[in-house]
Amino acid sequence: MGLRRFIVKRVLLTIPILFGVSIVTFGMVHLTPGDPIDVLVSFNPDVGPAEEAALRERYGYDLPVWEQYLRWIGNVLQGDLGPVITRSGVSVNDVIMSRLPETIVLGLFGWVFALVIAIPTGIYAAVNKDDLGDHVSRFVALSGISIPNFWLGLMLILFGALVFNIWPVLPPRKGLLSLDTLWFLVMPGITIGTASASTLMRIMRSSMAEELNKEYVTAARAKGLPERTVILKHVLRNSLISVTTVAAFLTANIVAGSVVVEVVFSWPGLGREFVQAITSREVNLILAITLFTGVALVLANLLADIVYAMLDPRIRYD
Amino acid sequence: MALVEINDLTVNFYTEEGVVRAVDDLSYTIERGEKFGVVGESGAGKSVTAMSLMRLIEDPGQIESGEILFKGEDLLEMSEERVRSIRGNEIAMIFQDAQTALNPVYTVGEQISEVIRHHLDYGEREAKERTIRLLDEVGIPEAEARYSDYPHEFSGGMQQRAVIAMALSCDPDLLIADEPTTALDVTIEAKILDQLEDLADEFDTSIQLITHDLGVIAQVCDRVMVMYGGRPVEKAPVEELYYDPKHPYSVGLMSSIPRIGDTRERLQTIPGTMPDLVDVPTGCSFHPRCPYAEEACTRKDPVLVDPETGHEASGDPGEHAAACLEYTGDLTGGLDYTVEVDGEDPQITPGDQRE
Amino acid sequence: MSTQRGRIQISGFDTEQVTEREPLSDWTAGGTGGGTEGRWHRAWRQFKSNRTAMIGLSVVAIMVVLTTFARPVEIAGITVQPISLAPFEPQKSLFLEPGSNAGAYDPPSLTHPMGTDASGRDMFSRVMVGGRASISIGFVVVFITAGFGLVYGAVAGYYGGWVDEVMMRIVDTVFAFPALVLALVIIAILGGGYWQLVAAFAFPGWAGYARLIRGEILSVKQNQYVTAAQALGARDRSVIFRHIVPNAIAPLIVQASLSIGTVVIGVAALGFLGLGFPPGTPEWGTMLDATRETLIQGPGGSIPWWATVFPGGAIFIFVMAMNMIGDGVNDALDAQSNVDVEQGGGN
Ligand SMILES: Nc1ncnc2c1ncn2[C@@H]1O[C@H](COP(=O)(O)OP(=O)(O)O)[C@@H](O)[C@H]1O
Ligand code: SF4
Ligand SMILES: [Mg+2]
Repeated sequence: MGLRRFIVKRVLLTIPILFGVSIVTFGMVHLTPGDPIDVLVSFNPDVGPAEEAALRERYGYDLPVWEQYLRWIGNVLQGDLGPVITRSGVSVNDVIMSRLPETIVLGLFGWVFALVIAIPTGIYAAVNKDDLGDHVSRFVALSGISIPNFWLGLMLILFGALVFNIWPVLPPRKGLLSLDTLWFLVMPGITIGTASASTLMRIMRSSMAEELNKEYVTAARAKGLPERTVILKHVLRNSLISVTTVAAFLTANIVAGSVVVEVVFSWPGLGREFVQAITSREVNLILAITLFTGVALVLANLLADIVYAMLDPRIRYD
Repeated sequence: MALVEINDLTVNFYTEEGVVRAVDDLSYTIERGEKFGVVGESGAGKSVTAMSLMRLIEDPGQIESGEILFKGEDLLEMSEERVRSIRGNEIAMIFQDAQTALNPVYTVGEQISEVIRHHLDYGEREAKERTIRLLDEVGIPEAEARYSDYPHEFSGGMQQRAVIAMALSCDPDLLIADEPTTALDVTIEAKILDQLEDLADEFDTSIQLITHDLGVIAQVCDRVMVMYGGRPVEKAPVEELYYDPKHPYSVGLMSSIPRIGDTRERLQTIPGTMPDLVDVPTGCSFHPRCPYAEEACTRKDPVLVDPETGHEASGDPGEHAAACLEYTGDLTGGLDYTVEVDGEDPQITPGDQRE
Repeated sequence: MSTQRGRIQISGFDTEQVTEREPLSDWTAGGTGGGTEGRWHRAWRQFKSNRTAMIGLSVVAIMVVLTTFARPVEIAGITVQPISLAPFEPQKSLFLEPGSNAGAYDPPSLTHPMGTDASGRDMFSRVMVGGRASISIGFVVVFITAGFGLVYGAVAGYYGGWVDEVMMRIVDTVFAFPALVLALVIIAILGGGYWQLVAAFAFPGWAGYARLIRGEILSVKQNQYVTAAQALGARDRSVIFRHIVPNAIAPLIVQASLSIGTVVIGVAALGFLGLGFPPGTPEWGTMLDATRETLIQGPGGSIPWWATVFPGGAIFIFVMAMNMIGDGVNDALDAQSNVDVEQGGGN
């Protein structure tokens, strides 16, 4: 028992999943007919067959797949993600290090937007169930999960930048944390966070409504506590527990959203890099970003489970 | 002045199936220090009565009319703020199922000291001390260590004790206990009831004890009201109800209590079930289940009367009143049941009679 | 009770009188209780009375009909659907036509209610046809994934033990990636196209159903253990397929109806990224592919907003309607359990 043992156990459980994630990633990408050397050769037509074979040997592409996997995972574990073949002198590590902060900042914007919108609206809708406000916020939430994020982004550009002219179309060439950049990030943040905000609001509303029907709520009221305390102390804590179970799912939403949203807003993050890597079949980069996403989400899941265990005293660590 | 005086209380629930009259023109009083029992099968309107007393009837429910005088002041007329200062402080409630009445994510101690801090303006530390004393008083061993336990770490009986401690935490004048022991097994039930009684005496608290079990009433109460279909059908001092029940429904409840040394083959439970309160039978609503019902019972609505005189009940505490047409001379066949009392020991066990 | 009097015995409360006599009045118990209507019947009735869900259903029906009959459908060279509602050929640049005065990026007008696109093609016709790929892929993917997930989850839950352990770790692994990322990788491998897109979304899509069905099976199996612990043996296969699966099908339907919209958005997103279909294909997402540039720098300074608004709006409306249906299905099937709770509840 004990929280610490639970955490250790949970961490150990993620190891086979991480292993599976690496196999899936590597396996999928290596189903591709052809290898990075083919790509390279297609860019440099004067490379002869002998040179091609030499290159293949040098990068280990002549080995059986499982040996390639072992080499790859060995390098990955040592922090070496390999070279970007079509950009000489650039390593995948460089690309990730320079693009990751951009994506993280955008993702955080999305997360903050989702939380700030969804939690209060969800509470409001649950407390005022079936009122006009509840109907309106539910309708908005349903629209939010139904609207394609890339189109929402385009519409925001259309209105924010072009019709009302209150917002820059292109990201400013300034520091990531400069005011201009943060202002620019408002719309991509809304775009990436809308689906999550809507999902979260719906979950918040229904879990809150479910909790409100429980007897401990009546008991808390019968104690003479003000309604605000009943809701914000007693009910909220319980509904937040069920919200943590979807936190990892929402993170996945935001990660997937970053791919599309970065393209819409020309935001130089990992997502846009990913789409470019796919168009140009940059295998090492596809591998690295996919693996990175998988690992990040597994860890997000782990974190959510631990937070859940800490929030809910009833959980049995066995 | 009575501690609580309820006059002509009517509560409706507006459901999809129709209007449920859960409490219909109900009046009763509770004196200071009195232990008042309310008994009836499930669906009789007992809990709704209790919640009305806390003014906690929620949608789709609505208190239609009547007044609830607490120390002479009408609870129904008070501001929400004033009612809140009474809830948990002057009127406290014990719920049927302690497990669901406790918030699973806060410690038992916190949930009790929260009330103390709120109503009595105690600081963190004093509230904690008082809570530990209370936990000790309701019989929780190692109260100090148990203070920071979560509800799921308590056994069922312990949880109920904690809920009782919570209810007593601000020295209430009235304690409403809604089936406080129904969720517990019989041995623990007896202990908790004893304790409840002792504590009420010690704290000089009145009790409104709600139950579907006449045995429980026998153990604790001074006076009792039998409810059927949202109405009182009999009110009497407890002994009189037991030795001289006047309403056929009370008689039915009595004869369905299992007793040690019972000579009958099987229990005479009342046939049928409590009517759905959307669609109440005409006349006396008990008539479809009453062995003595006659044609008159389907037409005429019986009122609470003094069984001896047939005059309308005065509402005095201590009087015996019943709502059956027999006592207004409308029946031809009479009520032919007999109550025999034999042996020496007053053997009414709080029993297994479940609804 | 503090009394010295003795035991109470009541006689004469003759319950047989009640059960045997003629009813005194025409009042009967449970007058308002519903009959034993089948659960699917009840769900359907509830669904029908849900206005939002019915609006969603009508919108989806209309859009499916419009997109089906917009242009003739040919399968293997045989025309199976000859009707053509769309006013123009969606692939044709109208300014190349003799006698046409249409140009590139004409604003909406009577002849072109949604304007024309960069190549002078009629947007209205293109939007009508444009739903074919995304909508049909949505249904096909959900059909495949729900079917596969059902079997996978049933097998894992049924065998339990290490089989279950391994199978569910695989599910966890699939869950470790956002569906869109996996779809992108698969498209990177297979290239764009209709069946490639089906594969791209089917591959990550089944895991959710598998988890759901396994959970249902485990919980029902547990009840079975309680009631008939040793009876699990020769009988359990039929228990699973006769009893458990039909029960688990309700949450499966809810999830399926809610995920059609997700797949439709995903397909359109790949189209938008230029990875789904060849450029110029009349498909909602692909049609939006080129419009970002027009927003940043409209030709001649004016912005052809219609090129962006209409295809995206069509996706939005379709997915919204689909989700309205999904919510309605959820409510209708959930209501079942609520009714059950109320009936069994009491105090
Ligand atoms: N929230 C509610 N909604 C609809 N009807 C209710 C509600 N609460 C109570 N009722 C109805 O009021 C009647 C009395 O209920 P209650 O007071 O709980 O009975 P009991 O005597 O068992 O405590 C029942 O018929 C019940 O159907
Ligand atoms: S009035 Fe009639 S039906 Fe009602 S209790 Fe008396 S005898 Fe029975
Ligand atoms: Mg009750």
